[in-house]
Amino acid sequence: MKRAFLYLLAASLLLFSISAPAALRVFACEPEWGALAAELGGTAVSVYTATTGMQDPHLVEARPSLIAQMRKADLVVCTGGDLEQGWLPLLFQQGGNSRVHPGGSGYFEAAAFVTLLEVPSRLDRAEGDVHAMGNPHLHLDPRNIALVAAGLAKRLAQVDSANAAQYQTRHDDFAKRWMQAMRRWEQQGASLKGIPIVTQHKSWSYLNQWLGLREIATLEPKPGIPPSSAYLSQVLAELKQKPAKMVIRAAYQDPRPARWLAERAGIPAVELPFTVGGSGQAKDLFGLFDDTLARLLKAGQ
Amino acid sequence: MIKKQFAVIGMAAVLSQPVIAQEETQQRAGDEMRRPWQTQRPIVTSNAFNPAVSLILYGAYSRFTKSYQEDIHGFAPAGDAHGATREGLSLQGSELILSSNVDNKFYGSLILRLEDGKAEVEEAFFQTLGLPQGLTVKGGRFLSGIGYLNEQHPHFWDFVDIALPYRAMLGGNYGDDGVQLRWVAPTPLFVEFGAEALRGENFPASGAAKRGVGARSAFVNLGDDVGFSHSWRAGVARLEADAQGRAFEDHAHNEYSFTGKAPLNVANFVWKWAPLRNPAVTNFKFQAEYLQRDESGAYAFGLPVQDVRYGAKQSGWYAQAVYQFMPRWRVGARYDELKGGMPPIELAGTILDPEGHKPQRASVMLDFSNSAFSRLRVQFSHNQTAPKDANEIHLQYIMSLGAHGAHKF
Repeated sequence: MKRAFLYLLAASLLLFSISAPAALRVFACEPEWGALAAELGGTAVSVYTATTGMQDPHLVEARPSLIAQMRKADLVVCTGGDLEQGWLPLLFQQGGNSRVHPGGSGYFEAAAFVTLLEVPSRLDRAEGDVHAMGNPHLHLDPRNIALVAAGLAKRLAQVDSANAAQYQTRHDDFAKRWMQAMRRWEQQGASLKGIPIVTQHKSWSYLNQWLGLREIATLEPKPGIPPSSAYLSQVLAELKQKPAKMVIRAAYQDPRPARWLAERAGIPAVELPFTVGGSGQAKDLFGLFDDTLARLLKAGQ
Repeated sequence: MIKKQFAVIGMAAVLSQPVIAQEETQQRAGDEMRRPWQTQRPIVTSNAFNPAVSLILYGAYSRFTKSYQEDIHGFAPAGDAHGATREGLSLQGSELILSSNVDNKFYGSLILRLEDGKAEVEEAFFQTLGLPQGLTVKGGRFLSGIGYLNEQHPHFWDFVDIALPYRAMLGGNYGDDGVQLRWVAPTPLFVEFGAEALRGENFPASGAAKRGVGARSAFVNLGDDVGFSHSWRAGVARLEADAQGRAFEDHAHNEYSFTGKAPLNVANFVWKWAPLRNPAVTNFKFQAEYLQRDESGAYAFGLPVQDVRYGAKQSGWYAQAVYQFMPRWRVGARYDELKGGMPPIELAGTILDPEGHKPQRASVMLDFSNSAFSRLRVQFSHNQTAPKDANEIHLQYIMSLGAHGAHKF
């Protein structure tokens, strides 16, 4: 037993000495920030994304592989606003890497650069799994992406000053391309303004605000509580009075409730990528918004 | 299992942002970014720095067939194990958990188990946050890092009761006063080493031998993902506990007292599946552990008291699987088994004599979680811990109030 212990210790020390770091190691909590870090960092960073586009960001487990990645990270980039409260604190506790703990330059929180919507006036779990600091699903407003990008570029330059010029150049280039894309999306999406929609979870508030979509109902009776058939029937009855144009849900969410409602209400159920990797087209941040708009426009015709 | 409220560190992060943030405000340009920059600056009041508080309430209704016996045949009772259940309606436990970052270098946590007339300190520890090179030190009272189930508090169990090997050989969970050192290797594979020095007051140790350093442990855990839907963790551990006058009483009120060495080896394996890592709709968990101990020393028992040299190799294992087949609903099955060793002839016929019986149990459960904070469970067990079979049925509730606790893998 003791000998096995020593062998393992020796083996891991050996691995440690082989893997000399070259690029700045970025640990991104969600795919959108992984994609952003890759845009801004280029070859100067190596990005590990902790979750996929098919994962519910609320339901992430502090898996051993995440602890191993946290241990080696130089910069942790997360949404913040309590979104990762169920798993990130454990990674900090178990990862043994104080350089990336909140409060230091190794921890970057997107929510600090954006005004959060829907800050609850009443904090009560009877209202569901509400986020005390406001709705954290902030990345679906591209204006927020631009704000966070500026902050992240600055932070990358601060943490990895040797490559500061590269981060600056790449950010200037990204910001220019993003601005152009945003104009294009806004022109495309002009026809969506004011249309009534039903959503599955309160994860679209920022998209709605940007495009002017009107969320008239959600399939979850309370945030984080899955839809029940009784509640769905109630939503269906409401839709008879106030019809909606479509039901939207994220690729990672159970398709059945949205499909059930859409069929009975005679409106399309739209699966949106929600984040990078949530659809085949959403390969990067540009693809994410291209695909989101394309799907919304197709359904809104 | 450690709980922590993200709000506290989140707030600390926000408070430390302004310097960087002001630069951003000045630098910000572009028509589309006209939104005024604003932080979610909390209103700082004195109680904003209070520790995160969570309260766990759980209880059950249990029915056993008449032949049910609480003792495990061939194993010394391990005191008031938290894993044991009582017949009828009962409060299983109420836990109060307070935790917070102490400052930038330390984290602290207190877990109180409240019972009638007493509050028992289950865990009360500090943990370092700022050590370099992947090192973490924990000090105080805590559940030992050996095995997989050992660090889990009852409210996180997938079944109403703890697996038999844990109940028989660790008295539920083994926790004690001590220090723990953990080191996470900087490898792509998760590799964690840990070592502990503990007081040796609680079962399977007793009497705080060696001037209050009566138990020592070491463990190694490995883990990784396989593809996008599977992940695993495996570990081995050894606990060397010294028992000094570890006493118990059988049903006839005969007293027994063990003094000697109680070394325990644990091997554990956990495998989880969630389609594309998304556990929201369906997910699956398999876990199995093997525990083996080799106690040697002397038993004092009987009237007049006689001392008998005692040595017995005992082992046990359990395997369980839990499947979430639709949102909020899970089913589970568990099988657990123990093998008692041969006691010396003087102890033949006592509770320490398995008399050729192999304790085993099979359980199935169904649970429903309305949200991440509430769970209702029904469990049925066919129990052969004593030579006569018994059936058990349990209805259980587990409610978590307050801070959103994070649970380990």
